[in-house]
Amino acid sequence: MTMNNLHAPSGQNISGAVITADKLSKRFGGFTAVDEISFEVEKGEIFGFLGANGAGKTTAIRMLCGLSLPTSGKAKVAGFDVYKENEKIKRSIGYMSQKFSLYEDLTVKENIKFYAGIYGMTDKYIKEKTESLLKKLRMENEANALVKSLPLGWKQKLAFSVAIFHEPRIVFLDEPTGGVDPVTRREFWIMIYEAAANGITVFVTTHYMDEAEYCHRVSIMVDGKIEALDSPGNLRRRFNAETMDDVFLKLARKAKRSD
Amino acid sequence: MKQFLSFVKKEFHHILRDRRTMFILLGMPIVQIIIFGFALTNEVKNAKIAVLDPSKDAATVSLTGELNASKYFDVEENVVSYDQIESAFKKGRIKLAVVYPQHFGEDLEHLNQSAVQLIADASDPNVASTLVSYASAIISDYQKRVTDERKLPYTIKTEMRMLYNPQLKGAYNFVPGVMAMVLLLVCTMMTAITIVKEKELGTMEVMLVSPIQPLKIVIAKAIPYLILSIVNISSILLLSVFVLEVPINGSIPLLVAESILFTLVSLALGLLISSGAESQQTAMFISLVGMFLPTIMFSGFMFPIENMPLPLRIISNIVPAKWYYSIVKSVMIKGVGLGAVWKETLILAGMVVFFISLAVKKFKIRLE
Repeated sequence: MTMNNLHAPSGQNISGAVITADKLSKRFGGFTAVDEISFEVEKGEIFGFLGANGAGKTTAIRMLCGLSLPTSGKAKVAGFDVYKENEKIKRSIGYMSQKFSLYEDLTVKENIKFYAGIYGMTDKYIKEKTESLLKKLRMENEANALVKSLPLGWKQKLAFSVAIFHEPRIVFLDEPTGGVDPVTRREFWIMIYEAAANGITVFVTTHYMDEAEYCHRVSIMVDGKIEALDSPGNLRRRFNAETMDDVFLKLARKAKRSD
Repeated sequence: MKQFLSFVKKEFHHILRDRRTMFILLGMPIVQIIIFGFALTNEVKNAKIAVLDPSKDAATVSLTGELNASKYFDVEENVVSYDQIESAFKKGRIKLAVVYPQHFGEDLEHLNQSAVQLIADASDPNVASTLVSYASAIISDYQKRVTDERKLPYTIKTEMRMLYNPQLKGAYNFVPGVMAMVLLLVCTMMTAITIVKEKELGTMEVMLVSPIQPLKIVIAKAIPYLILSIVNISSILLLSVFVLEVPINGSIPLLVAESILFTLVSLALGLLISSGAESQQTAMFISLVGMFLPTIMFSGFMFPIENMPLPLRIISNIVPAKWYYSIVKSVMIKGVGLGAVWKETLILAGMVVFFISLAVKKFKIRLE
């Protein structure tokens, strides 16, 4: 599957870094989960964050989301410091995990209203935006249906829409396409491109290497360190590999730890 | 505030949509009160008895009549031999046999003394001893009456008064116990389960990434269960007063306030459990084993704490239900005011502060 027919965000949207990490580390006792990682993510960029299980991806994301304090190093998310301003960071980001994080016993509308409510959006604005969102997702008829009655692919699209409903500057997607069929995954990536085109920075982890190809730039973590960071094309050339799968295997083979 | 309200509203949706759980939560106290009130009672009513009366005089007839007239005994059969008594016991037709000697009335009249033999089926020792003491009481009543008529000098009469619960109703004992159990179940177990459920769903993660403060999440989760508990307290009290005829002698506002205090302890415990448990089953198991068993064993509601060995008595002090149970009994049955239960109240209040700060601290550690 190629991405030729998916339009990438235009260059002028990219203006300055929204995430910067400088020698960011996290140690638990004697174990260094994240070891001096440094990178920058541009506005509107789709940044792939890859790594085998136990490589330290989750710990790194938790630090960037303001859930966990780094042991050392510097990091800014949306211009805010991860040590002191994590409340401000929380207001500027959206988050979606592979569990989709919707309440099955609430209706589609109630889920949207609840998540928008905890970000302090006004009722009027929520109502307007909900209508246009449901129209866009072609889910007007399901507005009052319980989420548990929806097919998996719909839930996933809804979860992503909910994660960016409050118009965050950055959205963190932690393995967002786990257990979804290829067609739905493709549709999902169209939504991601749309969000990026609207200036939302997308920080995504995935296990699917074909998805890594869709990212503007990809970083690959091995044993807590970033071993490679470049566009998928450059990485393939540098590692003399046919696919991102090969790149990943070449790097991941060096890993000493696993979970 | 708006954040908070949308959160509380969501919690109510969860509870109201889960009809089965809601039915259990609201129906359980009613069922428990009814079971404890009517089925699991250690009072004995209408026990069937046999009478062996070879004397058949005015005295025996009137004494037998009194036994039969009391609500505790029904004379099932009049037998003529010990063999018949034994076969009645073996067939389970009777629980007690009353045996008069020959010339019972005459002996009483002329010798100033006679005897009655009570034979009980002690395969159930509690029932047997209860029946024997009921029957003895009726017989000694009768004896007093006869003696009074004769005006004999120097008789010592014992007069008993059962304070606060003159009819010795079991309900006086278990209504406070059921209240403690129900509040603990609803608050501790349900709070723990509902928080752990969000962990399982992955929604807790999303919540923690959002700007809402963790303390608000926790309070919003607790509010619906606090309200449910108030409904449960009301239904238990209404049932006790109108169905089981247990009076509320003390102040109702004080009783409700103390119940809310105990509810807060239970909520804090639920919160504490939720921060340790990773699955709903674990949360349920810890709540049942860690909370229910101690409540049943150490609150004094099933087994008297006074009779326990010292180490167990010391342990019983850390069980919140023990203090709540004692407060409810004092306020509801004895009718005392805050002045008499301030110590217990203070202990419960201390537990609220202790458990909540511990739970919030653990909650924060988890965020690290």
